[in-house]
Amino acid sequence: MPLHSEPVTINFGPQHPSTHGVFRMRVTFDGEMVIDAEPVFGYLHRGSEKLAEERTYTQVITLTDRLDYTASMTNNQAYVLACEKLLSVSPPLRGMYLRVIAAELGRIASHLIGIGFFLNELGAFHTPLMYCFRERERILDLFEMMCGARITFTYMRVGGVFQDAPEEFWPALKSFLREMPGYVNELDQMLSKNEILLARTRGVGTISPDKAINASISGPTLRSTGVAWDWRKQDSYDIYDQLEFDIPVGANGDNYDRYWVRLQEMRQSLRIITQCTEQIPNGPVRLDLPFVLKPPEGEAYGRVESPKGELGFYLISDGTIAPYRCKIRSPSLINLTILRDLVIGGTLADMIATFGSIDVNMGEVDR
Amino acid sequence: MMTRPLDTTKLAELVETNFPGSVTEWKPNAIFIRPETLLEICHFLKNTPELQLNYLNSISAIDYIEHFELVYHLTSITHNHSILLKTMIYGRENPSVPSVMAVWQGADYQEREVWDLMGIAPTGHPNLKRIFLWEGFQGHPLRKDYEDTIILPRQWPRGG
Repeated sequence: MPLHSEPVTINFGPQHPSTHGVFRMRVTFDGEMVIDAEPVFGYLHRGSEKLAEERTYTQVITLTDRLDYTASMTNNQAYVLACEKLLSVSPPLRGMYLRVIAAELGRIASHLIGIGFFLNELGAFHTPLMYCFRERERILDLFEMMCGARITFTYMRVGGVFQDAPEEFWPALKSFLREMPGYVNELDQMLSKNEILLARTRGVGTISPDKAINASISGPTLRSTGVAWDWRKQDSYDIYDQLEFDIPVGANGDNYDRYWVRLQEMRQSLRIITQCTEQIPNGPVRLDLPFVLKPPEGEAYGRVESPKGELGFYLISDGTIAPYRCKIRSPSLINLTILRDLVIGGTLADMIATFGSIDVNMGEVDR
Repeated sequence: MMTRPLDTTKLAELVETNFPGSVTEWKPNAIFIRPETLLEICHFLKNTPELQLNYLNSISAIDYIEHFELVYHLTSITHNHSILLKTMIYGRENPSVPSVMAVWQGADYQEREVWDLMGIAPTGHPNLKRIFLWEGFQGHPLRKDYEDTIILPRQWPRGG
């Protein structure tokens, strides 16, 4: 007997327990199947690019913190790299090692949030999330020792980092490095072969490598499709070219592979931090640059491999104390390009899980 | 292993031989082309076997008072090289540029952002709407001559 039904359009967000910030989608359903989805952005738009034109180069670092607030260290790093390319300077070695340690700790913190909230969206309501947050608290304590803040650090400066890590940082970091692999193994053991996780995420939200490259996807989402592209290896900055680490690459490009790539990246980050603590030399952490910087006229594009993808700052300087144009290449916004194609034809539950597996941060999308 | 920037002189010659009259100038780090020829040159850059610039890193728009400039950062994942492509658009009333969405799907939201904040319309874009600001917003905030009545007057002098 045919059922009389018609498509219904509902609003998904902007306030919703699983929207990673304020993200809105107008979705049209036919029963439980999605037939159209239109993302709507702008709920967290603060005009960072325009504000950056009115602030000195060092003051803009505070604006960059607020982009991807789950891992602010890499935001600072990308901006400061662009400034250093404009000035053609390079920070001292100890400063670069501290930057890499901070960035990799930030990567672990961001992936813990990514995995925790992904499982939240699958329905494992807050239990894996709280396991991940328990470890994230230790990382935030380490950051508090380094720079005094837990979320918006402003730790990096043009020419190095703000201050050296205090005495109590190194034993705390060593004990973290000793215990964290055990916790990552615990997460792996509980989640990676879990029947419900496998049944709900294998084969869902599959992206092919060509489509991913065409849609300018970057970060773990790109690597889950099989493309081994990581800006830490391709365009090495700081001292990544002297460290040994692998790039985990997925096979299918589905939701499970994105979760798996993030888990493996946490292990590689721990490896990087261990090498840094062994190799770090003594010395200054910051170049002696003037307080108010006036780079020569020119342009520079500084990019890092942030936990979400390729975060780039395109800075144009006209010789005055503030940037003429500061364009932020946001990985989360561009990774959402394929969301519509992935979601159409699937069910409501898969739509939420796919959106969670791409792991966006609305502070970065809207800027 | 490092992504290397391509030599712009050879690139400019290659583009000029295939599309005469399209290259306006070239500098050591970028080539400048005419906006009308943008779409066919982007198809060429993506499909030529020795270039294969299949990854669009970012599209930026800059307001240089007398003209607008659009900057395309392109990378080739297969060959591991990158270029910078720029075009200059003269005229502040209704500037427009061909949309490159047919070449790289990743240009979707970036072109909408360029339209929303800078006012340069990408012609041929299937879904041209404001992306960050609400429908009905007047003006394009990132322009240098944008007068906004909402925020406080500027407190920081630009210094010399």
